[in-house]
Amino acid sequence: MSIEKQTIENLATLARLAIDDTRVEEMSQRLGSVLELVDQLKAADTSGLSGLDHPLNETQRLREDTVNKPNMREAFQAIAPDTEGDLYLVPKVID
Amino acid sequence: MHNFTIIELINGLKKKVFSSTEITQHFLTRIKNLDSKFNSVITLTENQALAAAQSADQLLAKGEAPELCGVPILHKDIFCTNGVRTSCGSKMLDNFVPPYDATVIENFKNSGSVMLGKTNMDEFAMGSSNETSFYGAVKNPWATDSVPGGSSGGSAAAIAARLAPGATATDTGGSIRQPAALCGITGLKPTYGRVSRWGMIAFASSLDQGGPMARTAEDCALLLNCMASYDDKDSTCINRPVPNYSANLNDSIKGLRIGIPKEYFSEGLNPGTEQAVRNSLAEYEKLGAELVEISLPNTGLSVPAYYVIAPAEASANLSRFDGVRYGHRCEDPKDLEDLYRRTRAEGFGDEVQRRILIGTYCLSAGYYDAYYGKAQQVRQLIRQDFVQAFEKVDLIMGPTCPSPAFIFGAKGNDPVAMYLEDIYTISTNLAGLPGMSLPCGMVDSKPVGLQIIGNYFDEARMLNAAHQFQQVTDWHQQAPAGIES
Amino acid sequence: MNWETVIGLEVHVQLATKTKIFSAASTAFGAAPNTQACEIDLAMPGTLPVVNKQAIDYAVMFGLAIDAEIGKTSVFERKNYFYPDLPKGYQTTQLEQPVVGPGVVDIQLDNGDTKSIRIHHAHLEEDAGKSLHEGNFRSGVSGIDLNRAGTPLIEIVSEPDMRTAEEAVAFAKKLHSIVTSLGICDGEMSQGSMRFDVNISIRPQGEDKLGTRTETKNLNSFKFMEDAIRLEVERQIDVLEDGGEVVQETRLYNGETKVARSMRSKEEANDYRYFPCPDLLPVVISDEHVEQLRANLPELPDARQQRFMAEYELSQYDATVLSADASTASYFEQAAKQSGNPKLTANWVAGELSARLNIEAISLEQSPVTAEQLAGLVIRIADNTISGKMAKQVFEGIWNGEGDADQIIEQRGLKQVSDSGALEAMVDEVLANNQAMVDDYINTDADKRKKKLGGFMGQIMKASKGQANPQQVSQILAQKLAKML
Repeated sequence: MSIEKQTIENLATLARLAIDDTRVEEMSQRLGSVLELVDQLKAADTSGLSGLDHPLNETQRLREDTVNKPNMREAFQAIAPDTEGDLYLVPKVID
Repeated sequence: MHNFTIIELINGLKKKVFSSTEITQHFLTRIKNLDSKFNSVITLTENQALAAAQSADQLLAKGEAPELCGVPILHKDIFCTNGVRTSCGSKMLDNFVPPYDATVIENFKNSGSVMLGKTNMDEFAMGSSNETSFYGAVKNPWATDSVPGGSSGGSAAAIAARLAPGATATDTGGSIRQPAALCGITGLKPTYGRVSRWGMIAFASSLDQGGPMARTAEDCALLLNCMASYDDKDSTCINRPVPNYSANLNDSIKGLRIGIPKEYFSEGLNPGTEQAVRNSLAEYEKLGAELVEISLPNTGLSVPAYYVIAPAEASANLSRFDGVRYGHRCEDPKDLEDLYRRTRAEGFGDEVQRRILIGTYCLSAGYYDAYYGKAQQVRQLIRQDFVQAFEKVDLIMGPTCPSPAFIFGAKGNDPVAMYLEDIYTISTNLAGLPGMSLPCGMVDSKPVGLQIIGNYFDEARMLNAAHQFQQVTDWHQQAPAGIES
Repeated sequence: MNWETVIGLEVHVQLATKTKIFSAASTAFGAAPNTQACEIDLAMPGTLPVVNKQAIDYAVMFGLAIDAEIGKTSVFERKNYFYPDLPKGYQTTQLEQPVVGPGVVDIQLDNGDTKSIRIHHAHLEEDAGKSLHEGNFRSGVSGIDLNRAGTPLIEIVSEPDMRTAEEAVAFAKKLHSIVTSLGICDGEMSQGSMRFDVNISIRPQGEDKLGTRTETKNLNSFKFMEDAIRLEVERQIDVLEDGGEVVQETRLYNGETKVARSMRSKEEANDYRYFPCPDLLPVVISDEHVEQLRANLPELPDARQQRFMAEYELSQYDATVLSADASTASYFEQAAKQSGNPKLTANWVAGELSARLNIEAISLEQSPVTAEQLAGLVIRIADNTISGKMAKQVFEGIWNGEGDADQIIEQRGLKQVSDSGALEAMVDEVLANNQAMVDDYINTDADKRKKKLGGFMGQIMKASKGQANPQQVSQILAQKLAKML
């Protein structure tokens, strides 16, 4: 089983990965064999079963609404690739 | 000195047989001299280690030493360490120095332990052979042409090579137990929620769990005492008292009911591995345990379910690596799309990209129900299998992995063959149960691991059973050849 | 052809919590860029979300206010897409199990009728950061400020129940009134505390099937929303009447230039791959907690309007205006209680004060005239110390900080003359000095004489330097003139 080139390209767009033509073929083969593996799921009888999102049957703990995060901009921006004027910079955003 | 267990090191430190500075220096020297053969450490933190050792020695002198005071250990490079590069085995984070500590790291700092450095791992913990690391594969100290297992291969190999007496690790589908088995050491994946995930870089959030690795179960118990905690920074961390895991190690296991799942002894299991595991089970019978054949009928579905759920969660977890706030960023992006696509294509290795694409596929419109929804249902089936089994038995035992360490590249071209390496370990992650691996024999001069699976929060019983086994066997004491120099 | 407009709204309401929905960083408006973005808001590796209790409570309070079903178990999901102001690469939001289920909001139409707008659901989610296109950085790039990232929002989704721009605005204003009365949102539109996405379609009058809709995003004022709806409706009519088809798309309206355009970039490959967030567990709200919140719910605008009409005998119009938001209502009530004259107080709050606040573009909280001061003014009008005209001067004085009503009346010598002896003398003098006017009055036909009274009044008020009590003067004048006939 292999996946169509177009599908790989769509997935790569959604996942924002540059996948050039030389890699598409290999990706398609490998993803195809993984999908063959996961297709075994289809045979399982799961009628009436709810999905298990979390291994333990716990519920969300809630936090009190109290500020306790100091300003650490300097430390955070020291490891950022491109900042200026206290902002993170990216190529022009076009809506 | 490097053959001492953690317990022995603690006793030596307390009795002033040696200082923390001496043992820290000793392990640092070993890493510097020997690790070029194994590639198990990505970052050595020599100065910090010596400074920490010095403080530990002062505390020891004052008699105020906390439990692990002065004990040198390694941390998997998936745990964020304040001021120390945390790469997660990826080019993406090759330059990432977090300004915060993981809770696990904080716990170890509070216990007075000394961090020697950060261990190598499969990139973003995605792999079972350590071949996907940006820093190159880790080599198995028992046979350097073979894989150490993954993803915590660096931690496992370092302990096997006596470069550290213990290490932290993480397990999403077997990443503690499988490398522990292949490197002949002891490792434990706790119940999901027992150890905080704060600051532990996420692969698959509902499966990831940190745990200890050491040579003995007794040492693992000590490390788990420190590692396990309730943490209100992690919503999935369970608020439940942490027992003293060392307290019951010496209890008798007479009458212990051990479930042997028939599905764990089916085709694909190496005959030598099977023999070693069966011999160990016989050992348990001698110790007074009762073996009960059980069935975990949906074991075969665990690998397909895992390879939907884990990549799906990962595909979202890894979206934050976009070259904007930290980590790798491509040169001269021509626009925003180019920034994202090239940064991510350059920063992530092939296996990581593959899993992101699979996860994206399984969640995408039209496929969600068939893949993700179905996999979560299968996960429920797998959990039910275990719940039923634990009505009849106290622990479940079987092989950790189908065969001993394989040669590098042996499964390189076939992701599915690699994925099947985790067939016996994955289902405990899906169910959230604790599992451990301990050395139980040798095949072709390579170690074999015995897996113990416990009920939820039953780590103490698992450690007790493992310790009792290690009192009557010496597999855990064997060392690879050539590590003494 | 006659076209019917169909409008549905998605309203984003920023909740007035002190901290973010998933982190303990401050949400205060106006801080320096990126000073309120902690490691969780920045999506640093290994960081994890924990839910803010106050955000959940606020959402539930909104649900109770609109008589909605409360989601006893609500689930956060990940909505995956890449954008620089979205650090994790996914927005944590709710989809399948929102915290607030179907409910109803009543609006009042211009003709006095009430119309029910159905609410499909309301869910909790996190806000994004801001992209800045110019600022203190080099040109050709965008700057990202993540202070707003993670601010809690409820997104309120209406059914397509509105038929005109006026209805949509009335609905939006009603929501504003509800959330500010509840105290769950500060209602500051200019700071983006409420933002509207408007879904608009048209269909031939009498047709059941809905037309293709467009979504105009991110409108942050009632005025812009109204203009944008009118513009879009006209556009769609033009398209259809020219034989074209409306394309389903997202549009952006610029309130300054009054121009809308298609956001084509948002259209491509919208596949958000929602799935339950594995870092968060289901939020369970107990019946007891819901009842506790219900019992402590502040008075809502509709109830308050009814009470104002009953308790203070206000007109429906005054009651609606004064009950719309909590601060206006409490200001009015305080002033009304102190003045003992609710109707006159209502006139002043809804009239002079509101107009002045509007002109100065400041909120009631910032009003230089306190409720106590306004009550003092109303008391002096009611007891005839000052005339309505003088009252405007006194109000001006209070506004400018010259003191309370009594102090200003004293300082400016504004006391109204109500002593009847003095007033009679004044009237007599004016009548004596204006014999021609008196003759004219007598010679005028009886039914037209009333019109002539104004002339005398003007003279008398002038003579009294505006201090004569006009009601009393008018009575005395009428009596005296009657005697002359």
